Amino acid sequence: MNRLLPLAGFLLLVTLFGYGLWWNAHHDVTAVPSPLIGKPAPAFDLPRLHDPALRVTKADLLGKPYLLNVFASWCFACGDEHPVLMAEVHELGLPLIGYDYKDKPADARAWLTARGDPYTLVVTDQSGDTAINFGVYGAPETFLIDADGIIRYKHIGPLTPGVIRDQLAPQLRKLGVQPAPGI
Amino acid sequence: MRALLLALALLLTVSAARADSAIDALPFKNAAQEQRFQHLTGQLRCLVCQNESLADSNAGLAKDLRLQVFQQMQAGRTDAQIKQYLVARYSDYVLYDPPLKPSNYVLWFGPFAVLLAGAAGAALYLRRRSRADAAPADSGDEDW
Repeated sequence: MNRLLPLAGFLLLVTLFGYGLWWNAHHDVTAVPSPLIGKPAPAFDLPRLHDPALRVTKADLLGKPYLLNVFASWCFACGDEHPVLMAEVHELGLPLIGYDYKDKPADARAWLTARGDPYTLVVTDQSGDTAINFGVYGAPETFLIDADGIIRYKHIGPLTPGVIRDQLAPQLRKLGVQPAPGI
Repeated sequence: MRALLLALALLLTVSAARADSAIDALPFKNAAQEQRFQHLTGQLRCLVCQNESLADSNAGLAKDLRLQVFQQMQAGRTDAQIKQYLVARYSDYVLYDPPLKPSNYVLWFGPFAVLLAGAAGAALYLRRRSRADAAPADSGDEDW
């Protein structure tokens, strides 16, 4: 029995290290959990990308759930995410609001013209000040905000078909949104 | 020659001092305030480059957050209030020194628990061995 003790200790350490390796490989180590989930989205008042004279506030969007997708024309991963949004936006069953983050409006307009515009409407935050209140620290990030303006879910990094199916769609169903059966 | 060397040494010191000070020129009221700013931003993590502090990072967001910290200091807010402002948006993750709370007890006490378990194991083993020494038995257990 005593002879087996060091072996047991060794196996315990192997298990622990193995778990560490597995855990690091299976989650995004740079993702910071948002403390805002379950809390009201911060108030905002931002100009529209395509018509800067018009402004959009948090109050304007209350009443039904929507997705807020933080993107920028300078953001490489947003280019990866963009085709997914184009393909799935009509399947989701709720408005997709674009949030152009620390970007030149002209660049963002050109980017959307060249690739297609999946958004119901796009707001711009050139300084990034409002984004700090949302706890944004990169792009892309996606917030699910319910009819009462509460943040229900946040995804950091590009939305992929897998993320939409496994993480976003269940959250949508909880809010009474019915995504298309394919999702 | 000596003067040249001295000048060179001075130049190196100056540039080294520059390299680790703030990247942006913020209008501090006095040296004490600047010191407080450097100390506070040194305790905060940059979220973009997570192995850098807010004081050291050149990321765009870090610049914005440094400006926030600076403006809130000008507005008379305390260090604790400024930290609370950032934690409310970016979670405890922005603090290099995480607060003690149930969700991270493992982080705080885990190492001591492992140490205690190791000490207990060693004590048990030593006690058994000395007992085996006192009464030499026919088993060969004491070899390892």
